Amino acid sequence: MTASQASLTPARPGVRDSHKVMEGDGQRLWRWLTFGPALAMMVALTVLPIANLFLTSFQNVTWADGKPTRTWAGLTHYEALFSDQLFSAGLWNTLVFAFAAVAGQMVLGFAMALAVSKITHGRVFYRAIFILPILIPGIVIGAIWKLMLNFDFGLINKALGLVGLMPHDWLGSSETALLSVIIVDIWHWTPFCFLLFLAGLETLPQDVFEAAKMDGASAWQELWYITLPLMIPTIIVTFAFRLVLAFKVFDEVYLLTSGGPGTSTEVLSFTLYQRFFTEDKAGYGSAMSVAVIFLVALLLVIALSARRRTGATS
Amino acid sequence: MNGRTRSPVPLHIVLAICAAIVIAPIVWTVAAGFRTQISLLMGEVLFTPVWSNFSEVLWSKTSDFLLNYRNSIIVGVLSTILCVVVATLCAFSLNRLRWPSWVAHIFLAWTMIFHMIPPVALASAWFSMARTVGLENTFTGLILAHATLNLPMAIWLMAVFVREVPKELEEAAIMDGASTPRVLWHVILPLITPGVAATSILTFIFSWNEFAVALTLTMKQTATVPVAIAKFAQDFEIQYTQMAASAALAMLPALIVLLVAQRYIVKGLTQGAVK
Repeated sequence: MTASQASLTPARPGVRDSHKVMEGDGQRLWRWLTFGPALAMMVALTVLPIANLFLTSFQNVTWADGKPTRTWAGLTHYEALFSDQLFSAGLWNTLVFAFAAVAGQMVLGFAMALAVSKITHGRVFYRAIFILPILIPGIVIGAIWKLMLNFDFGLINKALGLVGLMPHDWLGSSETALLSVIIVDIWHWTPFCFLLFLAGLETLPQDVFEAAKMDGASAWQELWYITLPLMIPTIIVTFAFRLVLAFKVFDEVYLLTSGGPGTSTEVLSFTLYQRFFTEDKAGYGSAMSVAVIFLVALLLVIALSARRRTGATS
Repeated sequence: MNGRTRSPVPLHIVLAICAAIVIAPIVWTVAAGFRTQISLLMGEVLFTPVWSNFSEVLWSKTSDFLLNYRNSIIVGVLSTILCVVVATLCAFSLNRLRWPSWVAHIFLAWTMIFHMIPPVALASAWFSMARTVGLENTFTGLILAHATLNLPMAIWLMAVFVREVPKELEEAAIMDGASTPRVLWHVILPLITPGVAATSILTFIFSWNEFAVALTLTMKQTATVPVAIAKFAQDFEIQYTQMAASAALAMLPALIVLLVAQRYIVKGLTQGAVK
């Protein structure tokens, strides 16, 4: 994700300059005709709505006859945000969820990619199977696991029964609800990490491994001193990519637990959804959205500076 | 890498277990779609498959699932066309038409920030915008929203593919007097067709799967498949077997794409992140 920025910047602009064929009104026109639509869409559908959110976050909005009435609210929404227990619960749960789920996905995905990279037959077969969860709608994943984790007939409790354990209400008890959602997310997205890691492993230079083998390196030494260091760029990119998506989690939570029981699976997206659409608090919801957008931008800055630091040391 | 030094049999066993963990929930759910509610509750291992859930979901008067399916196809196809056309033009423009580098930098940084924001945060703003201009509960609103949501990824992907086209080809065409649109249409486009295919397939799948925005921007008549499936879970008495049947139907595009275009998906999913 982050690397694609570099790939877009016009590389070596001087190559054609000596010919001076391309500059002119026609060229300028085509430049705008090709870039204009994307720019227009991003401005109209992302910049304007965010500006609108920012404005609304200082207002109280009530809808009547399809028309909004806006009154000035000052900073009251932002003040309320700090004492809102749902918001802090949402923030905390989202952090726990994102880091736990992504950590699990990274480790499992890496192990699976390593295993597949070491086999000679059946790579395409395993890859095809492992990709499947990535392509399935999040809401269907939710439906699948709502059935799997059902107290009465779910496969998980059936399996526990076979080994003599008591059935457990996975989604209905506050101790295991968030854990269940984390496990579902690991099931859903480990394949994505697997795919990126496998692509990374397949492009590693083979001569290093052959040299290590000549020197009698063990499999562990090979993994620890060669594979992992070489994979660090891929690992960072995958981690950042997944973390961003994990922060947006909504579909599975909506279907599996709806934030409950209590606030045990309250995540940011779901809190936002409820403020806007269940409680119709547009002003307060906007303040919350602005706070979330600010946090996201902060995260991006931290990630980019971390990347710069690792880039500088290696 | 070192398949000869160690027997890969234990690896195959581990991978087979992983594959089973991935496949089992899906197969079990599809199977639940062929059960009666009683058979599911009883937990019979062997059961006589019935069609009633599927026929209920598809043809019953009280079910809108076929309409939802049609809506998802309309929104998916049109938003994909819009998104990929705009993204291809944009990637070509930023890569090859000598924009000052700060333009590309700022624009791409913004697409990145936008990509990180939870869609729910924007859904309310889109909702009130749609309401203001009269696009609420229309396909147009949802198509625009989905195209925008997928635009960052599509631009990054197309940028990778456009960059892979050797500059020399383009320069030769320009020397022969080809104009910018001709270069794009006759030189670049034929070479990036696989990239366009990969991007289109992924964009369609992401639109098909999108739930949060579809939930807020649609009503009964325009609801898409994920919205319809979520409805099952909201019911007081959940029709589990029908939920399973509609979940199975909702997975069809993913299965088809996996069978006929796995190569493109792998290309799309990995290029966007790694390059």
